[in-house]
This record gives sequence, structure tokens and C-alpha cells, in this order.
Amino acid sequence: MDTRRDFMKCLAWAGTGIVWSVAGGVPRAINLGGAAQAAAAPTGFSFVQISDTHMGFKADANPDPNATLQAALDKIAGLKNKPALMIHTGDVTHLSKPEQFDTADQIIKSAKLDTHFIPGEHDVIGDDGKMFFDRFGVKGAPAGGWYSFDQNGVHFIALVNVIGFGPATGGTLGKDQLEWLEGDLKGKSASTPIVVMAHIPLWPIYPQWGWTTGDAEQAFAYLKPFGSVTVLNGHIHQVVQKIEGNVTFQTAMSTAFPQPAAGAAPNPGPLKVPAEKLKSVLGIREIAYAPAAGLQLTDETLA
Amino acid sequence: MMLTMKRRALPLAAAMALVFGAPAYAEDPGQAPQVASAAAAGTVTIDNFAFGPATLTVAPGTKVTWDNKDEEPHTVMSADGGMTFKSPALDTDDKFSFTFDKAGTYKYFCSIHPHMVGTIVVK
Repeated sequence: MDTRRDFMKCLAWAGTGIVWSVAGGVPRAINLGGAAQAAAAPTGFSFVQISDTHMGFKADANPDPNATLQAALDKIAGLKNKPALMIHTGDVTHLSKPEQFDTADQIIKSAKLDTHFIPGEHDVIGDDGKMFFDRFGVKGAPAGGWYSFDQNGVHFIALVNVIGFGPATGGTLGKDQLEWLEGDLKGKSASTPIVVMAHIPLWPIYPQWGWTTGDAEQAFAYLKPFGSVTVLNGHIHQVVQKIEGNVTFQTAMSTAFPQPAAGAAPNPGPLKVPAEKLKSVLGIREIAYAPAAGLQLTDETLA
Repeated sequence: MMLTMKRRALPLAAAMALVFGAPAYAEDPGQAPQVASAAAAGTVTIDNFAFGPATLTVAPGTKVTWDNKDEEPHTVMSADGGMTFKSPALDTDDKFSFTFDKAGTYKYFCSIHPHMVGTIVVK
């Protein structure tokens, strides 16, 4: 069966959370709704994902994105298991302005979590990300800003696919980054769980709106030998999931504003919902890892 | 080097136009666009996730201004990855200008909504 365009949408659920268990690359929803919390085994750990914080956004869809980011961090602070780290999958700012980077830095720092960032296209406007990388970049990373690190046996790969974001390709990884990735994975055991973070979805959700990464296929050729690959993206401000072989793809909610489902509006962009509904379409993700159980993803709204 | 010389030559052409008056170059189609372009301007309006007109044709030397009338922010980036021109973020009512000195077809897009594309034809 060709699953390339076959993806599941999890846009609505009754309770506050949806839990996905990813073992051997196949996620299973194990709990719908309720206040279920992922339980990390003693030898495992958990981490959290936030995305699309859009500091500086000031239109009707969310008059106070600082407050909703703070609400997201409060939610994280209240999790039963303290996360070992946090990842931010891009669009930290709305318009790449210095004061927007300042605000983001201050609010996110207040969570006192080891945070790993990658840029969104909103973070690299006009300067190819210089301001972003000066502040959130990793020392010693290649010039393009991509990097990797390890945590409790899980290998994290942070990719940059927003430089060269264009009409023909959507997101782009580029030759240099793909070569780096091949080298980064060389010699790693196929049983190493891999978490890939990138802003723009690494699979074609809706190329008409640029919701795709043109040269991602080459990256997955390098990732093919690995038994468990979890791809965490942002950009589209809603949870969409796809499973292909050992690879699970899942986009995240924003902390700032929702966007229409693919093709459900003439254009992508901020979707205004009634004020009292806003927190039910914004959210965070908790990911728990235990060697025996694999990765378990829990999306929770701010409601 | 060529660019510098061309820029120096322009005021002279403009001065000659003043001396000879409008009818003098209006009768010479070979000269007219060059002189007229010294002060020419073009506008592309950005609204509802689109560049209007999608294709704008101007003479060499024309300063083109993009004017964002949309509620959403946009950018203007030449299709060569912003090598030729690249705007900062344009919020509502922000403008960005670029002067097209050389003939050619310049494709561009919005770097935060790349399905928004436009073309400037300079001839």
C-alpha cells in the first residue's frame, strides 16, 4: 500500500490529551482524553516539545501570545515527570525582530529547562537566521546551524529546513546538511532510537502551501536502517501524524494560534477561533522514553 | 565598474532631456525608455496572500515598491535565494523598494508563504 499520502489527522479529541505509544516505529493510541500522563520507567526519561511561539504576533487570532507561551510553560512545569529537556521546533518569533528574540529568550529561560532550538522561516527573515543563531545556535555546529546530541541513549538530530524555503521545493535541507546527516549516522547501531526535529514537515502534507520538504527523501534513505525514527515538526500549528515503515511523523500544535487544516481555507495563516476556544487549539507535547517501551507521545492542549 | 559609469551617465542624459525638452526624445523611441526610466516607479500591492499585478513589466532603472496591504506579514525575496533582492519582514502597510537596473525576468516569492509568487519583467 502506498502510504506516502496516507496520513491520519488527530485534530479533535474529547479530553485534554492524546497519548501515542511508539514502539518499533508503530505508534498506538493508548489513551484518548482524560488527564493521562506518560509514565517514564526509571531508566528512561521524558522531554517536551513546544513550537511556533510567534513572539511579536499581535493580530486578532491571539492578542497575547506571551501569555499563551507562559501557559504552555506552566503546563510543562505541572507535568508529573520533570522533563530532561525541551525542544522548540521553530517560529520562535513572528518577524525576526531583535525585541521578539529578546522576549522569547526571557520567557523560555524562565522555565529553567535545557532547551534545544531550531529556526522556522519566521526566524530567518532578512538575515538568513544570523540573529537566531547568534542567540539560540549551538556552539561548534556546522555553518548551517544543524546539530545532534544524545540523551539517555536516544540520538536527537536537529535539522534546519527553512533556508531556501521556496515555491518549488517547500522546505529544503540542502546538499551540505544531507552529507552531514549521512556522516552523523555512520557507525550508529540500528537499534538506537532516533528523534529528528525540523520546523517544516519532512513529508508532503500539502505542498501547495509549502507544507513539505523537497529533498527530505534523501534524509530518510540514511535513516532507513534504524528501527525507531520519530520525526517532530512544527509549522502547521496542528497535530497531523503519519507512519511509514519505522518512521513516525508528527507535527505539533502552536502555543500562539491555530491554522486551517490543509486546503480547508484559500490560504494558510492565523485562524481566528472564539476567545474561549483558543486554549483548546494550542498545546504542548510530552515525549516519554523507556528502553522497553520505546517512545510515547502525548499531545496536550492548554485548555 | 560598468554600473558606476552608467550611474554617472544618467544625470547627463537627464540634463540633455531638459535641454532638448520632451518632444525631442519622444520622437526617438530608442532613447525614450532610458531617459524616462530615470524617474520611473512601479508598484506591486500585496493583499490577500497575492502580489498584484502578478507580473509587472518596467523599463530598466525603474524603482519598484512593494506595499503590503494584507493583515498578514509578508516578504519579498528574489528566486535566486534572495541574492538579487530580499526584503525584511513587511508588516501591514510596510513597504520595500528595489531598483531594477538591468533588463531581465526576475521571479520572486514571499519567504514565509512561498506559494505567493510574482515576476518583474525589465525591458
